[in-house]
Amino acid sequence: MTTATDAILDHHEHKATGIKRWLFTTNHKDIGSMYLWFAFIMFLLGGSMAMVIRAELFQPGLQLINPDFFNQLTTVHGLIMVFGAVMPAFVGLANWMIPMMIGAPDMALPRLNNWSFWILPFAFSILLMSFFLGGAPNFGWTFYAPLSTTYSNGSTAFFVFAVHIMGISSIMGAINVIVTIINMRAPGMSYMKMPLFVWTFLITAYLLIAVMPVLAGVVTMVLTDTYFGTSFFDASGGGDPVMFQHIFWFFGHPEVYIMILPAFGIVSTTIPAFSRKKLFGYSSMVYATSSIAFLSFIVWAHHMFTTGMPLLGELFFMYCTMLIAVPTGVKIFNWMATMWRGSISFEVPMLFSIAFVILFTIGGFSGLMLAMAPVDFQYHDTYFVVAHFHYVLVTGSIFSIFAAAYYWLPKWTGHMFNERLGKAHFWCSLVSVNLLFFPMHFLGLAGMPRRIPDYALQFADFNMWVSIGGFAFGLSQLIFLAVVIKCIRGGEKAPAKPWDGAEGLEWTVPSPAPYHTFATPPKID
Amino acid sequence: MDKPENTKTKKLVNKLLIIVIAMFGFGFAMVPLYDVFCDITGLNGKTATEAAQANEGDIDITREIKVQFISQAAKDMPWLFRPEVAEISVRPGETRIIKFYAKNQSSQKMVGQSVPSVAPGRAANYFKKVACFCFEQQTLEGQEEVWMPLKFYIDADIPPDVTTLTLSYTLYDITTKIES
Amino acid sequence: MKSRYLGWPLLGALFFNSAWAESKFNLTQGVTEASREVYDLHMLVLYICTVIGVIVFGAMAWSMFFHRKSKGYVPATFHESTKVELLWTIIPIIILIGMAYPATLTLIDLENNDDSDLTIQVTGSQWKWHYKYFDQDVEFYSSLSTPRAQWDNLSGVGEAKGENYLLEVDNSLVIPINRKVRFLITSDDVIHSWWVPAFAVKQDAIPGFINEAWTNVTEPGTFRGQCAELCGKDHGYMPIVVDALAEDEFDGWLQAQKEAAIAAVEAEKASLAERMTLDELMALGESTYQTACAACHQPNGQGLPPAFPALKGSPIAIGDISKHIDIVVNGVPGTSMQAFGKQLSLKQLAAVITYERNAWGNNTGDLVQTSDVKAATGK
Repeated sequence: MTTATDAILDHHEHKATGIKRWLFTTNHKDIGSMYLWFAFIMFLLGGSMAMVIRAELFQPGLQLINPDFFNQLTTVHGLIMVFGAVMPAFVGLANWMIPMMIGAPDMALPRLNNWSFWILPFAFSILLMSFFLGGAPNFGWTFYAPLSTTYSNGSTAFFVFAVHIMGISSIMGAINVIVTIINMRAPGMSYMKMPLFVWTFLITAYLLIAVMPVLAGVVTMVLTDTYFGTSFFDASGGGDPVMFQHIFWFFGHPEVYIMILPAFGIVSTTIPAFSRKKLFGYSSMVYATSSIAFLSFIVWAHHMFTTGMPLLGELFFMYCTMLIAVPTGVKIFNWMATMWRGSISFEVPMLFSIAFVILFTIGGFSGLMLAMAPVDFQYHDTYFVVAHFHYVLVTGSIFSIFAAAYYWLPKWTGHMFNERLGKAHFWCSLVSVNLLFFPMHFLGLAGMPRRIPDYALQFADFNMWVSIGGFAFGLSQLIFLAVVIKCIRGGEKAPAKPWDGAEGLEWTVPSPAPYHTFATPPKID
Repeated sequence: MDKPENTKTKKLVNKLLIIVIAMFGFGFAMVPLYDVFCDITGLNGKTATEAAQANEGDIDITREIKVQFISQAAKDMPWLFRPEVAEISVRPGETRIIKFYAKNQSSQKMVGQSVPSVAPGRAANYFKKVACFCFEQQTLEGQEEVWMPLKFYIDADIPPDVTTLTLSYTLYDITTKIES
Repeated sequence: MKSRYLGWPLLGALFFNSAWAESKFNLTQGVTEASREVYDLHMLVLYICTVIGVIVFGAMAWSMFFHRKSKGYVPATFHESTKVELLWTIIPIIILIGMAYPATLTLIDLENNDDSDLTIQVTGSQWKWHYKYFDQDVEFYSSLSTPRAQWDNLSGVGEAKGENYLLEVDNSLVIPINRKVRFLITSDDVIHSWWVPAFAVKQDAIPGFINEAWTNVTEPGTFRGQCAELCGKDHGYMPIVVDALAEDEFDGWLQAQKEAAIAAVEAEKASLAERMTLDELMALGESTYQTACAACHQPNGQGLPPAFPALKGSPIAIGDISKHIDIVVNGVPGTSMQAFGKQLSLKQLAAVITYERNAWGNNTGDLVQTSDVKAATGK
């Protein structure tokens, strides 16, 4: 019945065409698509910067770029990947899927939704412009003071304005997600009946509104310290550079959980589907996600073990950080238990999901090692840290986004993607990503610091392999581009539910999903 | 959307916006909060910015603490700056005066500000400065030199495991900051 | 060697340490008791993670093989079990406590900076380290000494890279073995970080604040580290080299340094009367420039504007001499231009200023002598 109503609505729809459609759309599917395309373009752009970085680091010596430009590249690579690729991709998935999953016709605040998206390209234009206006930010995406304030290269203003706008986009998006989930669930869909995907996004959205304003605060302080004579972080004026780190990481740590909780939601959707078995321990998954979110607020100073913290402080943050391993472990065991004695098939979404579980766990292990404060003195600010966060963010978040894309591409486009190409994308990515990031553990243990454009000779061999892995991984993403474009343009017609083990309201509507879905809410039993 | 939906949405949006604004305020509130926390615990090695009362308590004659003094002028600060002595032994509760020498080696009048830092951080709270040149700015004419006093005692409550305490002063040029 | 918790890693250590220790894949054991404690803790956590990984990935692999749809496996329907959830919550907690206990003990050891035999002040700045032996008149700067020709390959070819490429300095820090050496670490500008892996010492150098660290090296040798906090363009070019000497050798070295410092002061006084020729000034000036100035102002004097202005054709290098001297000696507040009066001797200052005024076609014909520098700045 719902489908018929939808069809009627579609028939009377005056959908705008061309640029106007995209500029003014308030449709969650359109906005979701824009976020996803924006994120993918940013991923390729940030990835290109990484390619230049790896080209320079391919051999010892300074071959291609000067050290200051190298610092600009590493900084902007980080900013783009965090704020331009991972976060917008998750918001895009939220936009596309949440209304359908809860049986709602759209997001709660559709016009705000449009705004939240369109300020993003604006923000990144400001950031990228700085390359041509005296130099981009070169102080790391973590912009520690006073390198970013008193000793800045003049890019601080661009950086701060861009980050403010990105922050506003995230906050507005998060408010939209929360209101949608709380107010617009179909009757009968209690909180504990929501798909876990929806839960993880609800919790992530709360994290966002809690910490993005703190980021806004700290970048404002950086702005005033740099240009308006305040001394928040300037010792000569009575300020404290370490206070910057406290405030930044109070945002920064929950931020990295913001970048992984949605991944947990995605994988909690795909693994049951392709194991043909319900998610193991639904309630504990909800509680585990909530515990992780709560704990994420009290671990921030594990990024600061070498700043001269007193013993008690280091112990507190070490213990709390180790504690986060518990709910995270619970989730991993639950995914395993979902697969255990299921009936598993290995379509591309499942390949990425399984790779996620294994490789994210490796990232979790290096995270546990980093949590041990006395040993962190050896790991901090080395490639060991770079290995850790790339495992959790690339083989973690990014792989989950690929899993989600492959899982829902049939729903979005109405076509099945080319399975062979998809598998090629997976296997090329899997091999190259490990070649790229695993040796970084060894480099860090051997003593190679982060953020250096050139290195001592004992680091040469591993760096060469890492760079080769990097180039291969970058190229592999072009396969994904091909898969997506081909899928949009044609391919085997996709049924409403192409995956026989899948569950959820989104599979009750046709593929491609009609422009408007669930104009009348479905009945949930 | 019908009316009850709209109000529900508005109410929730308002609640969430309040959280957003509150967290923005919290970000700024962290600044004084951090200072208070460090004041109370001395955790970042910062000492008080106001004079302490002279010590009325007893002197603990059972132990001695090595107090070291180091000084540096900031990179672009052309002043000489050094303590009269590098290290002394004091008993907790005992009041001592140490003088620091400063000379403006440039030919212009300049204003300097000394910023103290104590290691270990947990000892900072027990280092009581009764009078310190670091509480005020120092104005020196070109080539002028001066001896600046530090009068202090170590609180007798200082934990027994602190046997060495290092006080470091960094001297900054705030001439242009003052002018603006 | 503290053996209170060695039971755990001892087992694995017997098998693996001989193979793993000092392998290019692993953390160094270092040369201090503290660094060995840190290494043991690292191995403990690594073993635990490996065991957990084998179990978890093994179970997944089993599942992926035996519970396959293509094999016709029929899915079970269970999807919860409080008992199992409790089990895999409580067991990890116990394992974590097992790790937290030795970690706490090691941290307490590392944070105990008291009762040191020697204190050294370490100051990081862009982009070199400064060392001062507390309460001795011995202090010096320590800068990267790898020749530019080895690392600058931007214009194509470069010289072959030496063995300690990017990890060598002009003046190493020298410390005695078997004595507790305490470091008081701070910075002159941005945050740096002083790190020597062989000592397991890493503490941030924070402007306006001092941090403490200590080490007690048990064997003589040369140990190399790097700055471990992004501090600007040459963050990768400010290494740390520590020579650990036998105690009597160290005492001899320190004494020689003190005498050399006194001699340098005498030489400085004497140089005030010296009159160097243009050739002498240009020769000393060029080598001083390459070490102290070229990183920013570039060997060809063209700088990297706007941050680092060109000296070639610069109104300052061609114009008023006293202004030129003032900038070099006292720096320019609010910019990256440091006060080199503190780092260079009067003779070096005179030479480098003369060089800047005559090189790259500037050709002012000015000669700046040590007495000129002293007169202009009252240094």
